[in-house]
Amino acid sequence: MDYIATSAIRIGIIASLFKSLLIPSYRSTDFEVHRNWLAITHSLPVSQWYYENTSQWTLDYPPLFAWFEYSLSQAAAVVDPEMVVISKLEYASYRTIIFQRLSVVITDILLIYAVYDYCKWWSNNRRLSSSSTSHGENNTMIAAFVLMVLVIFNFGLIIIDHVHFQYNGMLFGIFLLSITKIAQEKFCQAALFFILLLNFKHLFAYVAPAYFVYLLRRYCFGKLQYSSWTEMRQDFRFTHLAKLSLIVLAVISISFGPFIAMINQLISRLFPFKRGLCHAYWAPNFWALYNVVDKAVAMISLRLGLLTGDKWQSASMTGGKVTESDHIVLPSIRPLTTFGLTLISILPSIVHLWRFPYSWRAFLRVMILCGFSSFIFGWHVHEKHLITVIVPFTLLAIENKNDARLFFLLSCIGHYSLFPLLYEPTESPIKHILYILYSIFAYYGLQLCSCSSLKSIHRLRPLKVSLFEKIYIIGLLFVQIYTIFLHSVFKLNDKLPFLPLLITSVYCSIGVLYVWANFYARSIWLTSDKNEYIED
Amino acid sequence: MAEFLSNPHGFILDNIIATLIALLIRWCISLNPYSGKGKPPMYGDYEAQRHWMELTTNLPVKQWYFESPNNNLSYWGIDYPPLTAYHMWICGQIAKRINPIWIELNTSHGYESSNHQLFMRYTVVMVDLILYIIPVLLFCNMVLAKRSRILRFSLSLLMLLQPASLLIDHGHFQYNCCSLGLALIAILFIFRGHDVFGACAFSLALNYKQMELYHSLPFFCYLLGKSLHSSKPFFKIITLGVTVIITFGVCWFPFLFDTNQATQLVKRLFPFNRGLYEDKVSNVWCTVNVLIKLRQIFSQQTLVALSLLATVAAVLPSSIHLIIYPSRHRFILALVNSSLAFFLFSYQVHEKSVLLACMPASLLLPWYPAESGLFLLYATFSMVPLLIKDGLLLPYISIMMLYLYLLYITFRSYYQVGTIQKYMYGISIMVMSCLHGYAAIAIPPRRYPDLVAVLISAISCCFFTLFFLYCNYLQFTASDDLIKASVTSKSKSD
Repeated sequence: MDYIATSAIRIGIIASLFKSLLIPSYRSTDFEVHRNWLAITHSLPVSQWYYENTSQWTLDYPPLFAWFEYSLSQAAAVVDPEMVVISKLEYASYRTIIFQRLSVVITDILLIYAVYDYCKWWSNNRRLSSSSTSHGENNTMIAAFVLMVLVIFNFGLIIIDHVHFQYNGMLFGIFLLSITKIAQEKFCQAALFFILLLNFKHLFAYVAPAYFVYLLRRYCFGKLQYSSWTEMRQDFRFTHLAKLSLIVLAVISISFGPFIAMINQLISRLFPFKRGLCHAYWAPNFWALYNVVDKAVAMISLRLGLLTGDKWQSASMTGGKVTESDHIVLPSIRPLTTFGLTLISILPSIVHLWRFPYSWRAFLRVMILCGFSSFIFGWHVHEKHLITVIVPFTLLAIENKNDARLFFLLSCIGHYSLFPLLYEPTESPIKHILYILYSIFAYYGLQLCSCSSLKSIHRLRPLKVSLFEKIYIIGLLFVQIYTIFLHSVFKLNDKLPFLPLLITSVYCSIGVLYVWANFYARSIWLTSDKNEYIED
Repeated sequence: MAEFLSNPHGFILDNIIATLIALLIRWCISLNPYSGKGKPPMYGDYEAQRHWMELTTNLPVKQWYFESPNNNLSYWGIDYPPLTAYHMWICGQIAKRINPIWIELNTSHGYESSNHQLFMRYTVVMVDLILYIIPVLLFCNMVLAKRSRILRFSLSLLMLLQPASLLIDHGHFQYNCCSLGLALIAILFIFRGHDVFGACAFSLALNYKQMELYHSLPFFCYLLGKSLHSSKPFFKIITLGVTVIITFGVCWFPFLFDTNQATQLVKRLFPFNRGLYEDKVSNVWCTVNVLIKLRQIFSQQTLVALSLLATVAAVLPSSIHLIIYPSRHRFILALVNSSLAFFLFSYQVHEKSVLLACMPASLLLPWYPAESGLFLLYATFSMVPLLIKDGLLLPYISIMMLYLYLLYITFRSYYQVGTIQKYMYGISIMVMSCLHGYAAIAIPPRRYPDLVAVLISAISCCFFTLFFLYCNYLQFTASDDLIKASVTSKSKSD
């Protein structure tokens, strides 16, 4: 067996065993959500799935995920028949816990395979394409190893899947597979995997524009460059477009077909626009800053007597409820506004991809940017969604130093912003230690990716993290110290219970916006150059 | 991990990473239930430790070991030496600051809450970090100084993650890491040539837990042998003796000036009126008992004498050999031999006492990775009935597989494993998994309700005996000092 396969198996086994150690850890309500979906899909006819509302945790994922739960529930019924009974109350027997936890660990194998598949292709590709001797054989192996560790042990995925409870590992596996297919220029398969993914979790629709544009541009047009519009029009390959549409429509009809009679109900479940701009805990995006500015201005005007107290009372956003709320001073935000802003922020990158579709790296960048921009401007974004950016970003991070630096920053910031997800003191050591281990590994591992051979390993240059960025990262430490210790020392628990969360999300949103802007500028600048990666 | 660790950014980095991984796994295990959780009236070791905190913080020192209205000795009375009591006093003081209800006299019996559990788990992890994890890393860095960093890292992880200790200390709940860590510190001091400090540290270990007596003979013999071979034997022996006496004197200070106190303490520490063994222990007596009902044939006095005789016979060869040929390598082997001899043959053995053999056995990993690795697995296996009782089956399975896999990776990369060892591993894994599978599926026959437990202890006992003989053989045949010499291994990554 070659090195990459061996490493993948080793990392995979160790990761899976480690994940199985997390079985008794804290479970969020998502555990009960998924338990309830098992019950719904097992005990009701298909027509009832999206109507059932005995429990408040109704089914709000696309049909393929429902089918996935259905197949799981077949095994679940054998393990514990009580598990698949619909009930209003929570149910978490010992067997249920083990079954559900292990199902996540086992479905994660798809992620491990997907990373392996990518690494295998990537290292072969690099071996073939590196005419210069700048990248040695060893170096490719090291980079592949680092990538596998960074993805399989991704802090966010472990925390969200194996403590908080979700099935993201499997979904990111499909996601990575589709990226690999794009890189291999197997566009039909890529489209197939991506449309499957969308039918598992519609949240990935955020990156769909990049897929759409790239597939259209690369697959439906033959050449990379055209001198004129007419030439381009003449070269359009209708059969390819038909093939793609057929794949997409086939998957959608299989997935949504059985639910065609209740399509409105399904849609209303999938897109609950009645929720607020932000979650109770603000995801570290643009709106967190917007809210804070609004609050600050309101507070100042309250002091100055420009604002009456009751308006202040009526618009408290930190109440912890997931509802629409109005801003006090700044204009209130409607879903359409966020939609428009997201579109505007995505547009330049999309246009850019259309104009310069030279390589899958350009696609990867723009796809990450799509996810990133919609995270920053989207409606009702959850902090968990940032892993949709971080995981594909890892693929870029091992390629060159600048992206490695941005990845390191983003993983530090983005993963830190996940901390409030595990608020229980019991899991606190786990999240801290895992976070530190992951950050250390990211920092040193990524340095290894760019050294040319094992011999030069003793002359590693550290990632070029600037002074400002270093200070910012160290600042995270102080935010955490404040959250854990100082807040209760200052006795602010009763007066301002949400202050630590607010500080965390605002501090992180500054960093996230910084990385986003940097990455945006860099991507636009880089991919317009046909001979990319002559850099550093 | 290999490439990552060959990077030159400070070799401190590996130690930090190893420490963090060790802490992470420990904490994962401590998420599980502890012994006696929610099982009145006696609860388990967790309650014992909590109760000791309660006693030591609320009662004057003079009453700690005596029966009184506030100290019912039959309800988890303190039966460990004074250092444990002091340690519990410190923990109790901290607990008092956080939440006095946890250790309120008499009313707090059986107190359980998630916050309290968190506090208790933290106390173990802290002690483990300071007294066990750091010394293990120091040991690794010392004996493997000339080896590659990757090998050192792998071995330190294997030493730090030995499943038996993790499951008992962080799952079942005990402070074994404290006494074992002190003994390890003593070994470190002695290896570095600071025999006086070593003697002092080992005396502290003895004063933390009397079970450390299992290790005392090799310590005594090694230091004696070393002194005899030095230029000023008499002076050295006197110094060491005085050190031990002073350390003991300091630890026992509050109990020294009253004969009543001292004798009561001794009575509490060595309760000879208990049985030959408790529950199902993987030692010789328990195994022989399956075939021959010892307790019906012999009186208790005879049994005590018999076990004493057997223990002495088992422990003497390696001890005498150590006096004559003291070397650091043989010292570790003798520690395994002595603790195993006591475990296998002595009177009133507890299944957890195998931990005393695990510590020195894990130190042997750099030289005999296959053998000691298998021993560590068997040691955990032998405690399965206890672990099942505590609800620790789940972490047991995960950590055993994880450990086995780490061993496998280490062998594949750095060691040439012999055919016999390979077969041993194959057979052992098969036997263990078959037995676990059988226990999971089948209902035990009515005549032998404890069939699986007995089988587990008998199989483990056979292996322990084998390992005991093997280590004795090694001690007698080993070259002078393997620790100085280089290790037989294929170096792949250097």
